[in-house]
Amino acid sequence: MKYPRNVAVLGGNRIPFARAGKAYKNVSNQDMLTAALDGLVARFSLQGELLGDVAAGAVLKHAKDFNLTREAVLGSALDSRTPAIDIQRACATGLDGISLVANKIALGQIEVGVGGGVDSTSDAPIEVSNDLRALLHRLNTAKTTKDRLKVLKDIRPGHLKPSAPSAAEVRTGLNMGQHQALSTERWGITREEQDEIAYNSHKNLMEAYEKGFFDDLMTGYQGLDRDENLRVSTREKLASLKPVFGGSEGTMTAGNSTPLSDGASTVLIASEEWANEHGHQPLAYIRDIHTRSVDFVNGADLLSAPAYAAPEMLERHGLTLDDMDFVEIHEAFAATVAMILKAWEDEEFGKNELGLPGAFGTVDPAKLNVYGSSLAAGHPFAATGGRIVASTAKMLYEAGPGKLALISICAAGGQGTVALLESAR
Amino acid sequence: MKLDYLSFVRSGPGKFIAKKTGLPEPADLPRFKDRPQPILGPVLVLGNSQGTEDIANQLLAWDGDVRRHGDELDKIGSIIVVLDDIVEPGQTGPIIAELPAAFKKMKKGGRVITVSRTPLEDDPAVNAARAGLEGFIRTLAKEARYGTTANGILVDDDVELTSSSVIGALRFLLTAKSAFITGQTLRVSAEGGGIPTLWEQHLSGRVALVTGAARGIGAAIARTLHRDGAKVIILDVPAAGSALTDLANEIGAIPLQMDITADNAGERIVEELAKRDLKVNVFVHNAGITRDKYYVNMSEDRWNSVIDVNIAAQLRINNALLASDRIGDQFRLVSLASTSGVAGNAGQANYAYSKSAVMGMVAALGPILAERGGTANAVAPGFIETEMTGKIPAVQREVFRRSNSLKQGGLPLDVAETVSFLGSLPAGGYVGQTLRVCGQNLVGR
Repeated sequence: MKYPRNVAVLGGNRIPFARAGKAYKNVSNQDMLTAALDGLVARFSLQGELLGDVAAGAVLKHAKDFNLTREAVLGSALDSRTPAIDIQRACATGLDGISLVANKIALGQIEVGVGGGVDSTSDAPIEVSNDLRALLHRLNTAKTTKDRLKVLKDIRPGHLKPSAPSAAEVRTGLNMGQHQALSTERWGITREEQDEIAYNSHKNLMEAYEKGFFDDLMTGYQGLDRDENLRVSTREKLASLKPVFGGSEGTMTAGNSTPLSDGASTVLIASEEWANEHGHQPLAYIRDIHTRSVDFVNGADLLSAPAYAAPEMLERHGLTLDDMDFVEIHEAFAATVAMILKAWEDEEFGKNELGLPGAFGTVDPAKLNVYGSSLAAGHPFAATGGRIVASTAKMLYEAGPGKLALISICAAGGQGTVALLESAR
Repeated sequence: MKLDYLSFVRSGPGKFIAKKTGLPEPADLPRFKDRPQPILGPVLVLGNSQGTEDIANQLLAWDGDVRRHGDELDKIGSIIVVLDDIVEPGQTGPIIAELPAAFKKMKKGGRVITVSRTPLEDDPAVNAARAGLEGFIRTLAKEARYGTTANGILVDDDVELTSSSVIGALRFLLTAKSAFITGQTLRVSAEGGGIPTLWEQHLSGRVALVTGAARGIGAAIARTLHRDGAKVIILDVPAAGSALTDLANEIGAIPLQMDITADNAGERIVEELAKRDLKVNVFVHNAGITRDKYYVNMSEDRWNSVIDVNIAAQLRINNALLASDRIGDQFRLVSLASTSGVAGNAGQANYAYSKSAVMGMVAALGPILAERGGTANAVAPGFIETEMTGKIPAVQREVFRRSNSLKQGGLPLDVAETVSFLGSLPAGGYVGQTLRVCGQNLVGR
């Protein structure tokens, strides 16, 4: 399935990702998204420019932020008549925002837009208990002081316990780490495999910073000029950490699981005509974006949807894993990456789950997450898609004409969104 | 409430006490936005040469209220003394005979400018006559009151007084843009340069790059170059990203985040220019750091980091730029020196070295660039009110502020105006000089 016309990624801008409760503890989703957007405006001279659409979102969002993206646009240096939409597909939010804008450009509805996302675990909404909420609604509708007092009289100390935001799946009651722990065990993924993925993530991201790779992809914010979670890590240090998921025998640690993070990212997407008129060299073309889900409630691996989505997408372009020059698999957990790679190498999975004659294929480790991924950078849920798309587009441009990249992002609810990008050099 | 010296002596009781005790009372210096006219008139032109006529005509072309005698005037805005023809010291007396009376009638923020020949003559009498003017102008600057400044333009023998660099210097020193420059001489050593189509937008159509542009003096320079019509590229370290972004969006500048001390910084700048199909006309080396310590306690690390940012990085970037095809026509390189580099400053051995080095760099680079139609010069700020100087202990800061003829600190804008002037088309005739913006700081030459 080919887009009716080329959709070009011109570049991106994100703020460094911070660890939860640290550098960005005093800023809101709107502050961060506005900062990321303003950095993009500055980099591409979009001051006062009227864009076709801005699609972004946050996974953890206050009810008052229902128009978060539009508010960020209004606070930015863009033409304030630029429309905006809030979307949400858990951790795939950023990539799906980009997809939404890409589709509009492909269809000729708009010429240029921005996709992205933001998340703050430091500023996450705290909810009140269901009982207290019911009482508060009654209080709100009470007409007389006597009625109001009657309502207040019914409030019990137990009602005041807030329910903190939780990453648990509603239908299974298990949180994401617990789900992945089950999958990790099922796929026989070792501690060493996971630690190696985590080690490489930090090492590769560090190298990217040292090369100045992010100088035109990021804008320093709140005193941070690189991802707060990034560290010089050693295999020994990673091996010494205690498991946090899967019980005492578990293999998943704080080192090979992505930490809670704060941050925002944006990506500038346009038609080739718009790029030419404005003197911007496209970095990459978006060839396709595809989403599917798995029935995790009835036993499928929660974070395995990309293992299905990528083969489906590549097949409709007549491509295989061997045709890819870069493979970017979002590291929700190191084990998630290992699981997806194993599934693609597994003959049974290929035959039974994908309907292929055999295994889908093998990813050359040299092509995998070459500038690191979420384990090192952090993972502000909705901001991850924009981070990966902008970085990958730049990698493709630097690699040269004809180069291809596969992007894979798993999401809560058993969902997965994947994308195919081609160098625009 | 601001509790500093300036607000104190301008307050009612402060003014009274200052008058009684002879405390210096700093004048309120008008800047360009307060006085946008090129000339504070009437302007008195003294001198007998053909050059005097030429300059008087130039002032008339700028709608100046030009007078050749000051007797009948109550107030005088500017005085220009042209002494390009003197061949022995005794000739000066008659030419400046009218000056004392006129000097007494100066308006607030007035201008005194001498125009004479550079003392590079073999004949002792001629050279003495010319050289004496430096001591004279520096003294007038010290005696001037109420924000009046006094500066000299030195013109080499083979350069006409009608050349664009003389006209450019005259214009700049006459305007309020030069408010914090006094007691200085500027040498015109080549014809080069040109006259801008519009003085108010003299950088129109030109591309300027400013390093260290996110805040302080760098941001003021970027804003001023933008005001003067340039397309500005602002560069700073990634950590200053938000400030750089806000400035870029404010003035429509192109932000470049990078560390200028990276080995490939010059190549990356060239790459970024190529990517945007731009050539740079004005390059401003503003980025600089301080790591103060008395020299006996100075670690190698403190020494090296200052040298690397303040001078070594500039040399590397220049080399990359000069080797590229990204240098535009009438190229102007302007680097930030400091009065600490001119006179030394206790606790700043590393900084003073680096800033002296900047002066040495432009002195050598100016002639090299001249071969390609460009030039290089430096600006040496004295005490400027910035975030950086705001961290100096209060008492010491007050002393620094009062240690110049204008009895106050300068503004980042004053430095920026001077950078814009040295980046202008007419500046082609200033080759490898350092112009001080210090209110005639007591230290150094």
